[in-house]
Formats: sequence, C-alpha cells, structure tokens
Amino acid sequence: MPGLEDLYREIILDHYRSPRNRGELESPPAVRVEGFNPLCGDEIVVTLDVEDGVLGDIKIAGTGCSISQSSASLMSAAVKGKTVEEARDLIATFKGMMSIHESTLPVGAASGDAGAEQVEAPEPEAIDIDALGELAALQGVVKFPVRIKCATLSWNTLAQGLDEAAASA
Amino acid sequence: MAELTTTGADAPALDAATLRKDFPILAREVHGRPLTYLDSAASSQRPTAVLDAMREYDETTHANVHRGVYAIAEEATRRFEAARVNVGRFIGAPDPGREVVFTKNATEALNLVAHSWGRTHLGRGDVVVLTEMEHHANIVPWHMLAAERGIELRWLPIDDDGRLVLDDLDAVLDGAKLLGLTCMSNVLGTLNPVAELAAAAHAAGAVVVADACQSVPHQPTDVSALGVDFLAFSAHKMLGPTGIGVLWGREELLAELPPFLGGGEMILDVRKDGFTPNDIPWRFEAGTPPITEAVGLGAAVDYLRAVGMDAVRAHEVSLTAYAMDALTERFGDGIRIFGPAEAEDRGGVLSFAFGDVHPHDVSQILDEYGVCVRAGHHCAKPLMRRLGVNATARASFGPYNDEHDVDTLVDALDAAGRFFA
Repeated sequence: MPGLEDLYREIILDHYRSPRNRGELESPPAVRVEGFNPLCGDEIVVTLDVEDGVLGDIKIAGTGCSISQSSASLMSAAVKGKTVEEARDLIATFKGMMSIHESTLPVGAASGDAGAEQVEAPEPEAIDIDALGELAALQGVVKFPVRIKCATLSWNTLAQGLDEAAASA
Repeated sequence: MAELTTTGADAPALDAATLRKDFPILAREVHGRPLTYLDSAASSQRPTAVLDAMREYDETTHANVHRGVYAIAEEATRRFEAARVNVGRFIGAPDPGREVVFTKNATEALNLVAHSWGRTHLGRGDVVVLTEMEHHANIVPWHMLAAERGIELRWLPIDDDGRLVLDDLDAVLDGAKLLGLTCMSNVLGTLNPVAELAAAAHAAGAVVVADACQSVPHQPTDVSALGVDFLAFSAHKMLGPTGIGVLWGREELLAELPPFLGGGEMILDVRKDGFTPNDIPWRFEAGTPPITEAVGLGAAVDYLRAVGMDAVRAHEVSLTAYAMDALTERFGDGIRIFGPAEAEDRGGVLSFAFGDVHPHDVSQILDEYGVCVRAGHHCAKPLMRRLGVNATARASFGPYNDEHDVDTLVDALDAAGRFFA
C-alpha cells in the first residue's frame, strides 16, 4: 500500500507552497496555451517565449491541486532556457516516467501502462530517471493512478505550446 | 392532497447503529482503518436485502422477460413488472404499471425526454429554462438539442446562499416550453420549491422535467404533490444496483411520445416497410432490460419503505446539522460550506472549501484515514463557475451514516490542514 509520503515529497510541497515562474508573459509575442483536467475542473495557463529554437522564458498561471501545481512549477524550472529539442526530450522522459506501471517500480523495465496518455513516450527501459533531477520527486504519483493526470496536465499543455510555437515560427 | 406513499411522520426514528449492520461493505477497512463512506450522493451502498434479492433471482428465476412461455420466463416477467409497480408506488405514481420506464440510469432518462419529447415539441427559437445548479445530465442533452434545433436556453440564477432566485420567475418562464430543474442540488444540497416552480411553469405553458436523483433516496416523494410531468432518478443512489434508472412520466404525455431507442421489446410489429411501436412503458425499453437490477431496485424500495422515508429524512437533517456545527466549531473561517445555512433547507450533502487546500489534496489525505469524499466539479461546471471555484470537496450522507462518521471526517480534515499548513 503506497503511503502519502510517496506522493507528497518535500520538494513537491515546497514547489506547491512557493511555485516558481508564476504569472503570464505578454501574449503576443508569447505563445499562450490553456490546459484542462476534465476530471476535476483544474485549469492551467502556460505562456512561453520561443526564439531561435530556445525556450527563453515560461510562466505558469491557473489553479490546481498540489500535484498539478508543483509539477508545473518543477517543469517551468526544468525547461526554462533549454532548447526546444531538450524540452521535448524532457517531456517525453517525464511522460515515460508517468506511464511506468506501479508493479514495475523501481526497476522500470517492463511494459508501460500508458493508460489514457496519448503523447508518445520512449520505451520504459530508455527512461533515465536520474536525468530528471528534482522532477524524479514526482515518481511516486504513478502509485496513485487518479493523480497521474494532475501531474501530466502542465506537460501536455507545454507540448501543445511548443507545437503552436513551431507552427507559427 | 395526494395519499402519502411512505410511512407517516409517526414512524420510529432511524437507528443508524442497527441499520449499518445491513451493509456488509461498511465492515471493511481501508488503509488499516474502518471505512467511513461519505459519498452516497455519488453512489450509495447496498444492504444485504438487495444483494440477496438479486442473487436469489439469478439463482432461481432468471430468463428473458416478455418472451418465453415457460414457467421461469413468466416468473421473471412477473418479478420485473412487479418491480416496476413497486417503484411507481414508492413515488406516488397514479398509474405505476404504465408510467414507470426503466432506463440505464437517470442520465439516460433525461436524454429520453430530450430526445422523444424535445424532438417532437421543440423547434427554432423555442425556450428551455434550466437552473444554474443543474447536473450536466440535465444540461448537456438540452445543449445538444440547442445545437441541432436552434432552441434557446435560459437560466434561473441562484443567490449566494445557493437558493434559486425567483424574483423574475415569470419573465424567465415567459414563452418557455420546458423547465428542467433538480429537486435537490447534488452540490449545494439545496431543496428547491419544486411544486411552486411546476405550478408557475404550467401557468406559462411549459412542461416540467425534474431530476430527482438526490431527493428520491432521501425523503418522501409524491409525483402528484410535486406536480411535475417527468421525474428521473437512479437506483444506485437509493441503495440499489448500478445499471438501472427510472423515468416516470405522466401517462398522457408518455402515451403520445415516439420511441427513444429502436430494437426488440419496443415494437408491436415490424415489417419490411416499417414498424408499429409498443404501448407504454415498453415503447421506451428497447432490447433486453436490466432484469436482475430491476429486482434489486424493487428490494431497495422495500428496504427504504420499511425504514420509512420520513425517518430517513429526519435522520439526515439531524446528521447534517450536527456536521455543519462540528465543522464550523473546529475550523471556523477555515472552512466554507456552500449552500443554505439551515439543515432543514437542505439534503445531506456538504460541499466545502477547506482553507487553501485543493479538494483533490483534501480527498487524498482523507482517504488515508479511510474517509471517502468526492472531490471535483460534481458534474455541475456552470454551478462551479457561479460559486467561483474549480472544484469542491463534498461529503454526503446515506441512512447508514452516523455522528461517529462525522467525527472521523472532522479529525481527518484536521490532519489534512496540518499536512498542508
């Protein structure tokens, strides 16, 4: 039986209480994307500046639970200043971590239980959890399947934003 | 005054401690703690009497209904139709054998009205009035009809206490063809003045569709006294099984409605050039119906009738008052309970905002203490927007809940508050 400490790691609570990169960038020129979690009504707004293939700035607005808010905060800190390619790799890696079935943890070598997630994730054996740094704190979310959508909401929204930035470039 | 269909006000009070023993699931543990089930507004638990009735039917009687001429098929048909009459009497239906339609759930019942009544009575520019506190099941079917036929949706607003604002009722109803309203809000607990609204709607020439999912399980219901034209509810919120709901409709309205789904059971004759629909209520029951579930629903009605709906209502009012006092006493301004302030004006549903803690997080911590509450928008997003929130946490009662459950909730909330402090 997974315990609450698996879900609410200290890093997560810290990002929930003191979210990084809160607010909205002026749009335009920034790309502005909204994401919704139809299960709970949470919504998130991601605004991002993409120039010369680099994600120069990112802001997060909207409301949500501790998992969705901390995931968005951790994400913003992780991708800010990265190239678009690096950001896309990180999205894939993070979503891969979220698709690892509980029974395969901590080895993470068996087939993933992607559930309702539709963004393509790398094969689980290709996921390097260590490369996720602080983001690995969200690993415990997969033990609480209902909360996975909370954790991936901001990442799906970012992916959509990067697509829109590429389309308008 | 129509005859009451339940035991009178002098019925013995409900003894939750004894009644709980009838519900096997309440004996289980979650995370090493006793189960504290406070989500009956989403789905209620089933007493042994319901589970036994379904099992007994399956083990001794099952066959398809309205088809076979052999003994058990006739018995199955008799029990299925007996359940229909039983449910009809429970809500005071004047002609229970013809006015009770079994559906998949209340959502399907409301869709049936939108489909069969809506498509024969509504056209471009016609007005459908809904309240701001409707469940999506009584909103989306009308949105779909609006998109298809160009009907207009008007909204009866609510005030800050979660009550309908009726100041401009006549203006809102002016020219309306249909009023859709919930008898009791699944979020606010508000008990709406259904009879008063139905009378006003009828005076304006509108038909009245009531969503009774939250009221039929928790208080006496008499469709004649309510004065509505259609009433929808689900078995699984009234101690019965999932998979079956009810649409009650006034006989003269149902009789002139076209079918909903097409297939077996709903026809008298099928030819290469067309078909002749069956009589009501079977006209609206295409395909093999939920037979075992109808037997279970009948048993749930028997159980509720034996407990007494007045006793259920009195127990839940008392428990709701106790819970509102306990929560306010412990948390003061740290908790905001939505809906009417007086327990007598509401059902046993308490939606709340708990400090800054998101409802998902509240529910997650409560689960650790074995406490089941719903967190989310409760399929009422227009109402959530009106309340200015994305989601609420909601504790809701059934007849089996007691003050100990409330105490457990309060203590678990205290823990949630400390966790996120």
